[in-house]
Amino acid sequence: MKTISYYPGCTLKNSAKNFEDSALCALSRLGWEAKELERWNCCGTVFSLATDDLMHHLAPIRNLIRTKEAGSDTVLTLCAMCYNTLKRANERVKSDADSLEKINDFMDREKVKYAGDVRVLHLLEILRDEITFPVVAGKVVRKPDGLRVANYYGCLLVRPKGIGLDDQENPVVLEDLMTALGVESVEFPYNTECCGAYQTVDEPQTVAERTHHILTSAHRQGADLLTVSCPLCAFNLDHRQKDAARLHTDFAPLPVVYFTQLLALGLGCPEEDMHFDLHAVDPRPVLEQKGVL
Amino acid sequence: MRTHISRKKIRNAFVEKVEELSGQNLLVCYQCGKCSAGCPQVDQMDILPNQVIRLAQLGEQEELVNSKTIWVCASCMTCNVRCPKGVKIAEVMEAVRQIVLRKRKDHVHIEKLTAEERESVPPIALISSFRKSTS
Repeated sequence: MKTISYYPGCTLKNSAKNFEDSALCALSRLGWEAKELERWNCCGTVFSLATDDLMHHLAPIRNLIRTKEAGSDTVLTLCAMCYNTLKRANERVKSDADSLEKINDFMDREKVKYAGDVRVLHLLEILRDEITFPVVAGKVVRKPDGLRVANYYGCLLVRPKGIGLDDQENPVVLEDLMTALGVESVEFPYNTECCGAYQTVDEPQTVAERTHHILTSAHRQGADLLTVSCPLCAFNLDHRQKDAARLHTDFAPLPVVYFTQLLALGLGCPEEDMHFDLHAVDPRPVLEQKGVL
Repeated sequence: MRTHISRKKIRNAFVEKVEELSGQNLLVCYQCGKCSAGCPQVDQMDILPNQVIRLAQLGEQEELVNSKTIWVCASCMTCNVRCPKGVKIAEVMEAVRQIVLRKRKDHVHIEKLTAEERESVPPIALISSFRKSTS
């Protein structure tokens, strides 16, 4: 069993428990144990872009300190926003010794002085680079029958350049994973187009428009489901479908699942770990029809 | 509508602040429009991303700080990855937002959100919204 330090972030413990449990089960079937960090805190969800802001980098850096305290120099994330925030904060302090020193001085009560030596990894990187897709394919126990998915990357998994884990315009990592699982991917033009993110709080109508736009395209390309890797994308593209339907009477619902749920089910994980009750549009009928469940 | 372009405004304190907070050299932008072409939120904006850069170059502070655009921006970084000159438009948006927020002019008023509004979205949404739109 390989062990890796794991940073969950806030939402994976409640509304995105389906993401966490499916990922952890899948990893265990692949011979990896994700060991949750002790005393982790919220990463802040977004990377502060103002050049003079150090305060908003404390939260992510503190989690990297927790990683060192656990005796690791690598930390696994699942949430795309956590991945982006932790990684960008890490790069920020690695490239500016003065900022790193100020941040360490501010957090002088911490047992570890952060030296910029933690690697932030996303599950997809582990699957692609460490475990490798042929090995994943070899461990699949249940292949679907004619399942076609549209893989939605969103923003923060692939942007900006240098932080993103795949090409900014034409990422393929989810497609390659789906191939390993025996799932067909459709090409759809909005795979990296923003879902509207935090606009869902004060401008839910704009998000509903994006939901309509993105899912209609996925439908048109023949997708049975949309796969996602971010709890905010999952919320916007799943739970805002009823708002999209109110704005556009011809809107057809499309189930949204985390890529880890398809991975986990393919590796033989139990249905309870998928927490399908957390979904707004129930994916079970389609999954049953295509032999996933 | 009269627009007054003046050499005094072009390098004024507001422009310097935007460049400082964003870390961008605004004059590098040659208005190709790729940022606006790629932006997924343009239909909600009153000023397009490339126009934001142009107005910032000209020191048009009032239009920028009063725009809807800066709050509609979702920091998706599409503009940044498309710009052929490497200008980080997302950072410029953040700079203008910060200029407003640091005067304690919140865009999202946490105290005005109803319990239903707060409970209907996941924590990730609330945290990112407050980080981007409040001081």
